[in-house]
Amino acid sequence: MSVEQEYIDIYRQFSTQIKQNAAEPTNAVRDAAFDCFAQQGFPTAALEGYQHSNLQERYAVNYGINLSQFNIAFNPYESFRCDVQSIKSHLLFVVNDVFCDETQQAQLVLDKLSQQGVIAGSLRKVGAQHPELLKRFYAKAADFNTDATVAFNTAFAMDGLFLYVPKGVKLDAPVQLINVMNGDADSMATSRNLVIIDEGARAQLLVCGHAAKSCKYLCNRVTEVFVGKNANYEQYKLEDTTADTTNIGSLFVQQDEASDVLINEITLHNGFTRNNVNVDLLGEHASLNLCGMAIGDKQEHIENHTFINHAVPHCHSTELYKYVLNDAAVGSFDGKILVRPGAQKTEAYQSNKNIVVTQSAKMYTKPHLEIYADDVKCSHGAAVGQLDEEAIFYMRSRGISLTEARMLLMLAFANDVVENIKIEALRTRMHLLIEKRFRGENYKCNSCDSCK
Amino acid sequence: MKLLEIKDLHANIGDKEILKGVNLTINAGEVHAVMGPNGSGKSTLSAVLTGSPAYTVTSGEVIFNGKNLLEMPPEDRAREGIFLSFQYPVEIPGVSMVNFMRTAVNEKRKYQGLDPMSASDFLKLMRERKELVELDNKLANRSVNEGFSGGEKKRNEIFQMAMLEPKLSILDETDSGLDIDALRIVAKGVNHLRNAENASIVITHYQRLLDYIVPDVVHVLYKGRIVKTAGKELALTLEEKGYDWIKKELGDL
Repeated sequence: MSVEQEYIDIYRQFSTQIKQNAAEPTNAVRDAAFDCFAQQGFPTAALEGYQHSNLQERYAVNYGINLSQFNIAFNPYESFRCDVQSIKSHLLFVVNDVFCDETQQAQLVLDKLSQQGVIAGSLRKVGAQHPELLKRFYAKAADFNTDATVAFNTAFAMDGLFLYVPKGVKLDAPVQLINVMNGDADSMATSRNLVIIDEGARAQLLVCGHAAKSCKYLCNRVTEVFVGKNANYEQYKLEDTTADTTNIGSLFVQQDEASDVLINEITLHNGFTRNNVNVDLLGEHASLNLCGMAIGDKQEHIENHTFINHAVPHCHSTELYKYVLNDAAVGSFDGKILVRPGAQKTEAYQSNKNIVVTQSAKMYTKPHLEIYADDVKCSHGAAVGQLDEEAIFYMRSRGISLTEARMLLMLAFANDVVENIKIEALRTRMHLLIEKRFRGENYKCNSCDSCK
Repeated sequence: MKLLEIKDLHANIGDKEILKGVNLTINAGEVHAVMGPNGSGKSTLSAVLTGSPAYTVTSGEVIFNGKNLLEMPPEDRAREGIFLSFQYPVEIPGVSMVNFMRTAVNEKRKYQGLDPMSASDFLKLMRERKELVELDNKLANRSVNEGFSGGEKKRNEIFQMAMLEPKLSILDETDSGLDIDALRIVAKGVNHLRNAENASIVITHYQRLLDYIVPDVVHVLYKGRIVKTAGKELALTLEEKGYDWIKKELGDL
C-alpha cells in the first residue's frame, strides 16, 4: 500500500465526520482538494521543488490523527512555556491541531482582542460565526492545485487561528500563536490559519512551533494572510522543536495597494522543515520584506521555498535568507521572483547566503528571477561558503580562542536577519537564543513540563 | 633579559622554504628593526611568530619569555604577550570593535586567571587608549576595520596593541600607506607604550619610520636569513645605498 493510500481511505471513510467538525465554508473546497491530493499523492523527489526532500518517508510513520477534534487534556497556559513567552503579547495556543479556547486564560486574551474590535479565535467556531468572511477569503490565496501538501491540508484541516483585524485598527501588542505538539503517541497535526488585516489596520503575529514531548510529530500548517490597502502586517515564525518533528508550513500572502508586510521565519531546531512562502503583490506600491534564517546541525533538514509574484507596477520586495549548517545538516533554498508583464517600476532584490561548517553538511540553493517587464530593478545573489579563515586568524592573534572566533563570526552572520525583527523584546530574546543555539547550550526555560 | 630567542628557524609555505635558518635574540626594552628587499621573508617571520596556519615550521626553536612558542596555538601566543600589527588588517563585517576588543581582553584575563573586566572599566580603558592614537569615537561602534581608511586601519592596530599591552609587538610595515600625520600618530602611540619590560620588532622598507621609532638594532633579512646586524645607522646606509652592496658582500651580485 502506498503511503498516501491510508489517508485516502481515511478521508473516504470519515469525510462526513470531518465536515461536521469544521466550519461550513471550509467544507466547500474540501472534496475538490481531496481529489487533487488523491490524484497527486505526497510529493516525491521526482517533482520540481522537492528534489532534496523525502516527504514520503516522513509521512510513512503511523501517526495518530484527531478527526473528532477532541481537546487533549492539557492546558498550555499552565504547563507550557515558550522560549519567547516573556514578551508582552496576546497569547494563544493551538495544541496539535485544535485551537485552545476552553481555558479561562484563553478567554481573557480573546476578550481583550475583541475589545479592540478584533475577531479572533478558533477557525472552526469563530469562523463558523462569520461565514461571509470565510466565503470571501478561505482558500482564495492558498491554491491547493499547486502543491499536494496544501491540498492535503485543505482536505483535512478543521481548526486553527482565525484573526480578523478590522479597518483602521492598530493592535496594541503582537498576537502570539504557539503551535505546540503534545501527546504520548506519534501524532499528526493539520491546522489552518486565516488572517485578514483590513484597510489601514496594523498587526503583528508571532508564530512559535514547539513540541512538548519527544514523540514523532508531523505538522502540516497552512496560513493565509490578506493584507488590505495601506495596512501594515508583520509575521514572525520561530521554530524550535525536536529532531523527531516534521514541520511543513505554507504561508500564502496577498497584498493590496500600498500595504507593507514583513515576514521573518527562523528555524532554530527541528528535524525536518519545509517552509513555503507565497506572496502576491496585487496592489500598486505594496512593499514586502521577506527574510529567514536556519541553523541546522546533526541530521537536521531545512528547506525554504519562496515565491514572490510582482503582478502590478510600483511594488518593492527585498528577500534575505541565511543558513548556518553544521555536522550533516542539509539545507535548501529555492527562491523565485516573478515580474509579470506590465509590472513596471518593480524593485525586487533577493539574497541567499550560507555557511557550511563541515564537509558533510550540504546546501542547495536555487535563486531565480523571471522578468516580463522592461523597466525594473531586480537582483539576486547566492553564496555558499565557509567561515572566513583570515578573520579567524586575526581574532586568534588577539587572544580570542578558535571557538569564540567562530562564534563571533556566526553571530555576525545571523545578525542581518535578527535585525529585521521590529519587536524589540523579541529581537533581544532572539539574539540570546541564537547565541545559545550556536554554543549548543540548553536554553530551555525549566519552568514548564516540556523542559523539566 | 632575553625576551625572545629564535634559533635556526626554518619555515615553509607549501613546499617552498621561505625562512632558511633565522637566528635572532631580543631583550626586554629593545626595539629591533628588520629590513630587507621584497620577498626576503620579513612578513613570513611575523606570521610564523604569531602562529599563522598558512606556514609550516620545519625546524628550529623559538623561546618566548622562557616558553616554547611554537607549541602554542595563536591565541595562547597572544595571551602570553605577542602582538602583530598586521600589514593588511582584516575586515570583519558584523563584529563590532567593542565586542571584539572586550572578548580579546577578557579571554586574556581568563588565561591569566583574572576575572573579566567590568563593563565600565572596559569602556573607560577603551576611551583612554583610543585617545592615544586619536581614533574617532564612532569607530568603536563600527564593525572591525570595515570601511576604515588605510590610515584608520593602522591606527586601529596600534589601538588594539594599547588595549592588550603586549610584551613583544611586531609592526609589519605599519608605515605603508600612511601619510605623514598618520605616521606621526602611530609612532607616538608606539613610543608611548614602550618601556623597559617590553620590546618591538619593526618591519619596514623605509628609514622614515625609524626617524620616529628609533631602533636599538637593525637587521637585514635576505633570502630567509639575517645577513647583517648593526646599529640604527645601518638603516641610513640602506636608505642611501640600497641592498646591492650587501648582496655583493654575499657574492650574490
